[in-house]
Amino acid sequence: MTLQEAEAKVRELDDELGKLTQLTGHDLDTETIRMELEKAKERVLNMAYANLTSYDRVYLARKPTRPNVREYIENIFDHFFEQRGDRLYRNDEAIIGGIAAFNGTPVTVIGNLKGRNLEENIKCNFGMANPEGYRKALRLMKQAEKFKRPIITFIDTSGAYPGLEAEEHGQGDAIARNLMEMSTLTVPVIAIVVGEGGSGGALALSVANRVWMLENAVYSILSPEGFATILWKDASRAKEASELMKLTAGDLLDLGVIDLIIQEPVGNLRENAEMVYSQIRINLANELAALGKMSERALLEQRYKKFRSIGDCSGL
Amino acid sequence: MEDLFKERKEKLNVLKSLLPKKEPAKPPQANVPEGLYTKCPGCQGDILTQQLKSNWYVCPECGHHLRMTAWDRIQILVDPDSFREIRPKLRTKNALGFPGYTQKIYHLEKATGLNDAILTGIARVDGHRVVLGVMDCRFMMGSMGSVVGEKITRAVEYATRKGLPVIMFCTSGGARMQEGIISLMQMAKTSSAIARHSAAGLLYISYFTDPTTGGVTASFASLGDIVLAEPKALIGFAGPRVIEQTIRQKLPEGFQQAEFQQDHGFVDQVVERKDMRSTIALLLKLHTKEVR
Repeated sequence: MTLQEAEAKVRELDDELGKLTQLTGHDLDTETIRMELEKAKERVLNMAYANLTSYDRVYLARKPTRPNVREYIENIFDHFFEQRGDRLYRNDEAIIGGIAAFNGTPVTVIGNLKGRNLEENIKCNFGMANPEGYRKALRLMKQAEKFKRPIITFIDTSGAYPGLEAEEHGQGDAIARNLMEMSTLTVPVIAIVVGEGGSGGALALSVANRVWMLENAVYSILSPEGFATILWKDASRAKEASELMKLTAGDLLDLGVIDLIIQEPVGNLRENAEMVYSQIRINLANELAALGKMSERALLEQRYKKFRSIGDCSGL
Repeated sequence: MEDLFKERKEKLNVLKSLLPKKEPAKPPQANVPEGLYTKCPGCQGDILTQQLKSNWYVCPECGHHLRMTAWDRIQILVDPDSFREIRPKLRTKNALGFPGYTQKIYHLEKATGLNDAILTGIARVDGHRVVLGVMDCRFMMGSMGSVVGEKITRAVEYATRKGLPVIMFCTSGGARMQEGIISLMQMAKTSSAIARHSAAGLLYISYFTDPTTGGVTASFASLGDIVLAEPKALIGFAGPRVIEQTIRQKLPEGFQQAEFQQDHGFVDQVVERKDMRSTIALLLKLHTKEVR
């Protein structure tokens, strides 16, 4: 059974459960049936989630029902104060950022913002930032450095926007500058890939001391469709591409690209998001304490070495 | 104790790999198709190959700047016999296990004589010592995988230690798909190395040549203190085809060309190839303590 078939089955079972509650009050028979249905639902989900393919995870990472970054921020931090604009040209809604408190400590939070419906998505360009978004992010990061606030970023984008104006305004320059400047930040930086981590547009917020990933998030050089188009001139081979690309959290942990996997619940993430929020809270508390003890020099050195060591190719 | 020796040996190896090789610069490889005439991609005219060579591979009819191999460019840029290649022994680990990739690299190494898509080394330009990186788009469209990223990073780190300026000639289709996420991370790695070089107060000149796109534009190529470009070179983040598909309209004439990037503020100067050497020499001179 594919993941999509399992989801259809779960919807069916949910329908039946719904009908059951409408039908009667509380007699023993319906209660037994209800429990059977619940059990069946759990079985189907457990089976589907036990054997997720890489492409299933691409599908899950992109699911519009996943919490968006605004929800992560609101559920993990207190007193979020949103900051807007790059102070050069405009405010890009595809990047959200501002100051917040975490366990009473001020932090700067920044992330890619996807919409939860079409209206929101049009406003935030489906989470695909223009150069102004990356420049806003950099402005907030430099400000965080000034006030010695740790920086936490949330990654959820299919990539930087490949548009005409984006090129005119220097998409390449904006991303490059973020990569360079992030490597010099003297405060702790933690990046968390919560959905799609697509290409340079994701990396531009991810040059961090720690990089974490949700279990069913993906992080890759390009979308599987783009990858298949470039290599085989055939976007329909995206499934095959995603199996090859090593884009799942497990793969990336093995490759040393990420440091930690945040477990996700089986089934709809939105229904059990608290499980993910609380893991992030616990890990943030531990890691911010650990990183807070490091000197500025040690933070810089650790971040430099982290990326310096990826792609070992010594020994011909 | 054994570990100590091992560690020492490893360190020695690293040092050795950084030492400039003693052999003189190799003569340029066959860069122009063997034949009396070469077709100019600009005006479609048949140009005498010898004439093209002596004209820095610029079409004498229409001024089109043809793509150059890394060795050819070094030949016309640096002081005679001054280039020493930094050639660490590197080979991709093919982390994705991409079918046929390792063999492809092997064949390209043989065909081009290059260790992946960039040539790095130290040289003198008009008497100034520089660390030089020249990409070569014959090698998988100049794409950046782990070897290109590592070579650039080592060259830049060497320059930082020695207090030398860096000059990078970029030509690339972007990050190398066959190495997936590892390629993406080379963007962060090279940019971090440039940041340290910059913090040391050293000069970095980035030179865009045709074509430079994707992850290379979005990392070290855009980070020069001085950014130069060759006439009409395609420079961008997203490729023109991807943009056209996204916005569903035709792109205006000259979009993403060097002159366009200059107009939009991302290139200091578009420099013709005949002026490349003198421009770089001038910039190096202007970054010495006392300009004579």
